[in-house]
Amino acid sequence: MASRPRTLYEKIWDAHEVERREDGTSILFIDRHLVHEVTSPQAFEALRLSGRKVRRPELTLAVPDHNLPTTARIDAAGKRIPIADVESAQQLAALEKNAPEFGVRYIAPTDINQGIVHVVGPETGFSLPGATIVCGDSHTSCHGGVGALAFGIGTSEVEHVLATQTLLLKQSKTMEIRVEGDLLPGVTAKDLILHIIGVIGTAGGTGHVIEYRGKVFEEMSIESRLTVCNMSIEGGARAGLVAPDEKTFAYLKGREYAPRGEDWDHAVAWWTSLRTDEGATFDKSVVINAADVQPTVTWGTSPEDTVSIGGVVPAPESFADPSKQKAAQASLDYMGLTPGQKMTDIEVQNIFIGSCTNSRIEDLRAAAKVLEGRKKADNVKWAIVVPGSGLVKRQAEEEGLDRIFIEAGLEWREPGCSACLGMNPDKVPAGERCASTSNRNFVGRQGPGARTHLVSPAMAAAAAVTGRLTDVRELVD
Amino acid sequence: MEPVRQVEGRAYPFGMKNVDTDIIIPAHWLKTISRDGLGRGAFEALRKDPSNVFDREDVKGAPIIVAGDNFGCGSSREHAAWALLDMGVKAVIAPSFSDIFSGNAFKNGILTVVLPQEAIDRLMEVAETDPITIDLENQTVTTPFQDRFTFEIDSFRKHCLLEGLDEVGLTLARGDAISAYEARQAKDMPWFAKGTALAA
Ligand code: SF4
Repeated sequence: MASRPRTLYEKIWDAHEVERREDGTSILFIDRHLVHEVTSPQAFEALRLSGRKVRRPELTLAVPDHNLPTTARIDAAGKRIPIADVESAQQLAALEKNAPEFGVRYIAPTDINQGIVHVVGPETGFSLPGATIVCGDSHTSCHGGVGALAFGIGTSEVEHVLATQTLLLKQSKTMEIRVEGDLLPGVTAKDLILHIIGVIGTAGGTGHVIEYRGKVFEEMSIESRLTVCNMSIEGGARAGLVAPDEKTFAYLKGREYAPRGEDWDHAVAWWTSLRTDEGATFDKSVVINAADVQPTVTWGTSPEDTVSIGGVVPAPESFADPSKQKAAQASLDYMGLTPGQKMTDIEVQNIFIGSCTNSRIEDLRAAAKVLEGRKKADNVKWAIVVPGSGLVKRQAEEEGLDRIFIEAGLEWREPGCSACLGMNPDKVPAGERCASTSNRNFVGRQGPGARTHLVSPAMAAAAAVTGRLTDVRELVD
Repeated sequence: MEPVRQVEGRAYPFGMKNVDTDIIIPAHWLKTISRDGLGRGAFEALRKDPSNVFDREDVKGAPIIVAGDNFGCGSSREHAAWALLDMGVKAVIAPSFSDIFSGNAFKNGILTVVLPQEAIDRLMEVAETDPITIDLENQTVTTPFQDRFTFEIDSFRKHCLLEGLDEVGLTLARGDAISAYEARQAKDMPWFAKGTALAA
């Protein structure tokens, strides 16, 4: 029987449908579940109250990341340093207690494997191609970089997955983002995804799952694919993915939870079969010309407010939609910018290199390459580099990247979410600007009154050197 | 979850329109580890006013809120439903609700009753002095003064509330289908089934 050509997303969906109800909702099986300290306490509490168990404890992995301070975690005597913020400490203690109580594997803050959930998943091989992966955090779309169907969920759904290993869902529409041609030298995955969000807007992918297609993505490293998929949610799509290929398999092979032996061979065969079939159709299709993408930064308080580094702050009147005009004016007021101002004239006082978007080894190498032998500008008061995990940190230290950052005047921290959302002590002061490699430039995201400009790691490093937003291509070739 | 058949008692004559979830429970209450205790933060800003309805002696602890249009708009935080539950609220009556809030309320066994503005106006009056009865089975809201309003509710939600079924419970009832899937997966895709059990 010749079956209808299907997309990557449809194949993964079909392979996980337990059953479809009359109203079109399906029970979808979940292969991998990541939990962190912020969105899980009430889910575990609900299980406790109803006397329910975790159905498949081995399919959930618990890692603290959002609240953890990024300063030293153990003192000279090897003892754990207590966390000053009472509520943060409480959430962290709850996870540490809940995970073992329900038989879930827990990675302690001092463990070499600890890190941001979305960095830990792929690099431990917990996140696999073709898997359904969920986590109580919207940037779970990140894991699409290894070819998984991954999306964020709310606390009730966390409870549902823990108790049943499934979710009730309606199938999404499909969307293809095809990038034609090659990226210009000095243009990175972060620039590309910022550019894409600028083109499709923050609602462009609503109700859809995006598949990123084209030679650019095929040639990208896994780290870069994770960066692109991470920000799918900022384009309105709950999930985004890149088809798994030889690069994906090479990246995962031998990692802690990756299949071994015969299992591995069978897995690779199945993963290879997941590619979108010739002739499969998408509900929506967007084509981007790679040569149009310049190093890209944001000027406003929405991730769609992007402009190339050579551009200027736009005038609200330049937008056709009246509600966008209003939003743009509010953004400019909050950001303290005036239309026509050159992006490269904008001074920054803070630099944040980190977050699940850009804290992997490749990101740190890119930043270090710019900073090597240079110093941060005097007007940059606070500049921190926060590796995504203990493994990334160790690798960076083996390569001497930490020395480069420290000699340039940046701080080298312990892994966690940090200034991406300022739930821990790492915050940007009110009214000050931050060139940040994170994913959200929302009002108050990095601290009350903080002004965020989203950039790539290399661009953040360039801004650290000059003290203003800068085209990194002027510093390195 | 407790089955909901009838909610009967005094009601807060609240009446406010466009109550967003930030009004129901402000953001600084979100760093909690429990669903319990959030009642203390419920309507915190409004309760700074000593004449607020939620601290009025005669209605304190009421199981019903009568509110205005678009109740529960804004951020999707489930804490809003937990806060209401913790303050003892089992039902909210309003001309309309935000979709996300009514979904969260339903998941937590709170009944959201939609009635036209005229009915709300009348119930606001009654709530000042007398109790209100919501009968889910018959889909009616009645008062001691012969008022009788009927409301619509999704039949699936009605069934779940009447039987005290939560979504987790409903899915667990499909346990056999899930087990069958797991058995298939263990055979066809064993690499998925091992998870963290593979740790070195
Ligand atoms: S780094 Fe930021 S976006 Fe990523 S998981 Fe942490 S808080 Fe969420």
